[in-house]
Amino acid sequence: MLFQTKQKDYEREGWAGLEAEQQPAKFSSEAKRRTPNMHSFGYRANALLAFSVTILALICGIASFSDNFNSPSPAAQVQVLNINWFRKKPDGNDEVSLTLNISANLESLFTWNTKQVFVFLAAEYKTPKNALNQVSLWDGIIPSKEKAKIQIRATNKYRFIDQGSNLRGKDFNLTLHWHVMPKTGKMFRDNLVISGFRLPEAYR
Amino acid sequence: MGLVLAHDTLYLTVTDDPHALKPRSFQTASSLRSSRLRRLQVNHFSSIGYKMDWQGQKLAEQLMQAMLVAFAIVAFIAGYALESFQTMLLIYAAGVVLTSLITIPNWPFFNRHPLKWLDPSEAEKHPKPQPASSGPKKKASKKAN
Repeated sequence: MLFQTKQKDYEREGWAGLEAEQQPAKFSSEAKRRTPNMHSFGYRANALLAFSVTILALICGIASFSDNFNSPSPAAQVQVLNINWFRKKPDGNDEVSLTLNISANLESLFTWNTKQVFVFLAAEYKTPKNALNQVSLWDGIIPSKEKAKIQIRATNKYRFIDQGSNLRGKDFNLTLHWHVMPKTGKMFRDNLVISGFRLPEAYR
Repeated sequence: MGLVLAHDTLYLTVTDDPHALKPRSFQTASSLRSSRLRRLQVNHFSSIGYKMDWQGQKLAEQLMQAMLVAFAIVAFIAGYALESFQTMLLIYAAGVVLTSLITIPNWPFFNRHPLKWLDPSEAEKHPKPQPASSGPKKKASKKAN
């Protein structure tokens, strides 16, 4: 708006009608004093910063896209070594404690853009009330490809509690899920189903 | 006849208006500070070479864009081949630093086509232009919008 005012002054009165500083310089020495540097240091620094960050975002996006070309081939095996105890809790829900032997080779999941792989084991079964129940029994973080061959023998890290009292004689799957967490971009997730497990008919 | 720099635009000026601006004495630094509209004074960071010329500015901008894109491509290929994300970032960061060192300061090679300002004695013979009574004004107001 200030500029438009100046323009009207110019229309009425010519150069003389403008503010002292708006009048064009006749000598280069005047120009040097009164006009700012076009494309000054600050302008170029800002342009470089903005452009470099944009290009950085672009190469990170391409890096994430390159993860699609990775075709992983993980292998896993789970055994239930022992059923430690199997009871009905005072509140009416079933609970079971298992000792598990988990072995897996997840090396092929890692790419150059992988920060870590989060893996968890879930017991999956069907009840009359719920079409699918998933109860996480164990999880872990694999920080690098060197540590991707896992061999765990442990009791379940998280309690296996049912919603209700449906676990006697129940067939269930143990599914190994993994989330491949990237350094930039999209996270991939998948799972591997291992079926054929059955809980006992009676409490122990 | 001469080149005049105003509002970041170069004007070619011809006039014989008796009321045109006569050469004034230099404004002192204190009067500059006290004037209502504060304009940026000459950037004193540009101690290396005084400033860039127009060709140099274009070269600086093109050089900046080309260098950054080139370094990005090299960084991505290196990182992908070596399977290392950190390698990619380090090469790119080095590229950004190098580009800023080459592009941001006013190096002399950006000033190879400097503007030829008029001699003061020459400029005195050609006073400032007067406004035309029609026509060009419409163009000027359109430009302001």
